[in-house]
Amino acid sequence: MTTPSELTHLTLAGARDGLAARRFSAVELADAHVAAIEAGRQLNAFITETPDQARAMAAESDRRIAAGEARPLEGIPLAIKDLFCTEGVATTAGSHILDGFRPAYESTVTANLWRAGAVMLGKANLDEFAMGSSNMTSYHGAVENPWRRQGDNRPLTPGGSSGGSAAAVAARMALGATGTDTGGSIRQPAAFCGIVGIKPTYGRCSRWGIVAFASSLDQAGPMARTVRDAAILLGQMAGHDPKDSTSVPLPVPDFEKALDEGVRGLRIGIPREYRIEGTPPEIEALWQQGIAWLKDAGAEPVEISLPHARYALPTYYIIAPAEASSNLARYDGVRFGLRVPGGSLDEMYENTRAAGFGAEVKRRVLIGTYVLSAGYYDAYYLKAQRVRARIVEDFRNAFQQVDAILTPATPSAAFGLGENMDDPLAMYLNDVFTVTANLAGLPGLSVPGGLSAEGLPLGLQVLGRAFDEATVLRVGQAIERAAGFDAKPAMVGGAA
Amino acid sequence: MSLIEGRTGAWEVVIGLEVHAQVVSHSKLFSGAATEFGAEPNSQVSFVDAGMPGMLPVINAACIRQAVLTGLGLEAEINLVSVFDRKNYFYADLPQGYQISQFTRPIVGRGTIVLDLPGGASRSVGITRLHLEQDAGKSMHDQHPTMSYIDLNRSGVALMEIVSEPDMRTSEEAGAYLKKLRSILRYLGTCDGNMEEGSMRCDCNVSVRRPGDELGTRCEIKNVNSIRFVMQSIEYEARRQIAVIEDGGTIRQETRLFDSGRGETRSMRSKEHAHDYRYFPDPDLLPLVLSPEFVAEIKAGMPELPDAKKARFVSEYGLTPYDAGVLVGEQENAAFFEAVARGRDPKLAANWVTGDFFGFLNKSGLPIAESPVSAEALGGLIDLIRDGTISGRLAKEVFEAMWETGKPAPAIVEERGLKQVSDTGSIEASIDGVMAANADKVAEYRSGKDKLFGFFVGQVMKATQGKANPALVNEILKRKLAG
Amino acid sequence: MAIDPETVAHIARLARIKVTEDEKAALAGELSTILQWIEQLDEVDTAGVEPVSSVVDAVLPWREDRVTDGGQAEKVLRNAPEAVPGFFAVPKVVE
Repeated sequence: MTTPSELTHLTLAGARDGLAARRFSAVELADAHVAAIEAGRQLNAFITETPDQARAMAAESDRRIAAGEARPLEGIPLAIKDLFCTEGVATTAGSHILDGFRPAYESTVTANLWRAGAVMLGKANLDEFAMGSSNMTSYHGAVENPWRRQGDNRPLTPGGSSGGSAAAVAARMALGATGTDTGGSIRQPAAFCGIVGIKPTYGRCSRWGIVAFASSLDQAGPMARTVRDAAILLGQMAGHDPKDSTSVPLPVPDFEKALDEGVRGLRIGIPREYRIEGTPPEIEALWQQGIAWLKDAGAEPVEISLPHARYALPTYYIIAPAEASSNLARYDGVRFGLRVPGGSLDEMYENTRAAGFGAEVKRRVLIGTYVLSAGYYDAYYLKAQRVRARIVEDFRNAFQQVDAILTPATPSAAFGLGENMDDPLAMYLNDVFTVTANLAGLPGLSVPGGLSAEGLPLGLQVLGRAFDEATVLRVGQAIERAAGFDAKPAMVGGAA
Repeated sequence: MSLIEGRTGAWEVVIGLEVHAQVVSHSKLFSGAATEFGAEPNSQVSFVDAGMPGMLPVINAACIRQAVLTGLGLEAEINLVSVFDRKNYFYADLPQGYQISQFTRPIVGRGTIVLDLPGGASRSVGITRLHLEQDAGKSMHDQHPTMSYIDLNRSGVALMEIVSEPDMRTSEEAGAYLKKLRSILRYLGTCDGNMEEGSMRCDCNVSVRRPGDELGTRCEIKNVNSIRFVMQSIEYEARRQIAVIEDGGTIRQETRLFDSGRGETRSMRSKEHAHDYRYFPDPDLLPLVLSPEFVAEIKAGMPELPDAKKARFVSEYGLTPYDAGVLVGEQENAAFFEAVARGRDPKLAANWVTGDFFGFLNKSGLPIAESPVSAEALGGLIDLIRDGTISGRLAKEVFEAMWETGKPAPAIVEERGLKQVSDTGSIEASIDGVMAANADKVAEYRSGKDKLFGFFVGQVMKATQGKANPALVNEILKRKLAG
Repeated sequence: MAIDPETVAHIARLARIKVTEDEKAALAGELSTILQWIEQLDEVDTAGVEPVSSVVDAVLPWREDRVTDGGQAEKVLRNAPEAVPGFFAVPKVVE
């Protein structure tokens, strides 16, 4: 008999093996996680818990396992970022404006997971419409990072926008989670919470059924406690979807198997432009440590240049809000969600959207409206599209010399809840290392590399060629092995 | 060039038309919901069409083919790379908050339409562009005192927006343009051209100027839904603008609505807010790329279009341009004519089709496919005329009977005993009878009163109930009267 | 480019978001700061560079013209905050 707390501390791969060996049942595994979620409600990691669904799905998994019909993720309990539409289950995108919305459809990525046998624990909290790096913008309240600074019990941000997903996985409330990443929304919270997250290549996972933020940048990906777990999840989330015109019809490799190949002989690019003034020395030190680890594992570090990387963030803050301003036009109080009455149709729109959107969403919708408006389109939007072309070109050149790129994941460790809220620009800087991958559509992984002086996790980022997640995962695993990261957050399954 | 005479001199009217033509397809431009007209409200709506969160567009191949085919029919450039943009604006029947359209890079570029004008004249009108876009849903304002109801069945249906150059100068030319465009679309099968059901709608850009001056400020009359109304609204709008200018005013660029009840255009206040559509490439879609082979294949399968058919009818059948023009306006009419003319005298066939046949058809209001007289049946009637079985005069009577009964010509001729008598013996007998009964007239005729010949023909025809072969009657009568 | 409160009012109107006078002033400041920061892009030489709107190295996929969707009015209308049988309903629009 395995105790509930042992069950929640398993890796996803370990749980899979345990289920297959009948050491415990899927229902026991689900129950342990349901209990951990209940005990950890202080973190506010979930907007909607679905314990009944979890048990029902787990019971079906047990039946299948008994019948010898287990599927790849049979009985694995997962948290789903509340940006994925789930049939019959409230889907909020962290926004007031989607009050009461229960989709009559299931997103392709979650449908893929359920088809593979996974079990839904609930809908994880997030920044409103995935716009944020702190999870502070959620209408359903901030999420607490399960980690604490040493000797300091003040709550910290889990990062964002996939903050609930990251907190849930770190606090052993789920074996894995789905996230989405538009500018760093998987990788930054993964780094802040000491877990692994990968944003695959744009087009690798279907966007169908995921509430859109910035369509040319959004990409779903897994968050888990090990690189192997992330590889297993990605293998089931990914795949061509004819319902998404930007989904690419390529076969999905066996990512887990690819991990065996190691990194010997790989050339690892170290972009000199990522040495940014003001970055804490411990971030720089971790980066150097990462380079050394990969060298020890047989890879060859190569200094490269990404000359336009420093322009990625301002480019992103034109393109993402522009697309968002259009994507969020459908939240108008007519067909779903919140409606605030008004004397005319336009008044109803304006009242609904004023009440339904939070401050950061409004800011971005207004910026996006502005940069697309007559007279400014060329100066802002077209200019950004041109700089984006430059950034794409930088990476194309770099990947002629190297197989992967290593950078820090974030410019700092997790900060205090509520910090940076009065300075949007300071908040935006969280994504300075991650956002290039979204603009270029490339895969990027964040893996824990160690702890800060204050005892908080720090992440390293691995970038790869388009559709070469396998190499990214291999490099990530080499870092994971060398780092031997086994620190645990202060709050696990509700226990502090 | 036709000018309008104002109080202060002559004015030239400049007209450009934007036609929204619903693409003939089973499903919508970006979703798999049906496009049929008249379905239950919101029953032909996918989650994509309803703008539900996370929904994505996937383009319908048939709509691309139809746009290319139409472009080729308008002798236009086909752009091998085109881009879908979002046109952003809020409206109750626009669920996404934007319309997917093509702004900077349409699928079809410059082309031409040749107008057939009265008196056989023709005139070329330039096509600026054709692009694909989504239709919006439908708002109903008359169902409830304080609410408008929204039906999204049309939301997402594919439209081709076909924009002309400002090349037209009269409302008649605008009417001729729409007729010709509709004819081409119907020939191609890319739009049914049914303006009553809204599958073809027209926005009219109208301005006036002194002949030779720069273009004046234009007003756009939105969503006019019949050719007659297009012509009326342009006529009204041109005179309104002239009156404003002649009274010392200036024309404000604005959107206007045609009130068909009053025959007037009026300003649309709801559209007065300055538009800023914030077009940008739709990030949910990639550029639409066509191969030259794809375009060539569509071109190879193109039907003969009205202009080519008209030219062929003139050269091959020897028809007048006018008759040919009348026959090719609708593809079904042209096909009907050709079926009638096959192996027969084409001019006689054309006379019958454009004459009695169209006359009866128009009066009945039936579509040609439901005509009680088929092309084969009409051909049968013409055959009876050609081989002398019936006279041309009686043929009209036979045709009327065919229309009423649906029976073939020979059966009617048989039933009613209308066969032409060409037996000289029996005709001679009838003539002898008439001459005997009118001995005095015979004497008058023989003394030089030639005009009486017609009297004798009439009498003989009466005696034979019109069935005698007129040529034989003439010949024999002449001989006998001569003595 | 600095944004003034009138410009905020204009774009808020385009975006159909009601903003109060106080919000206008605050947003004008915030948006100006962001835009001024964004303007560092002017340093980048982009002469002759084609704008990129998609990084997907593929052509637009086409689907067959078949009716595969619809016939689900109840599901389409189910989430509407205000609907009458068969329709969505909005405050009356005057054209």
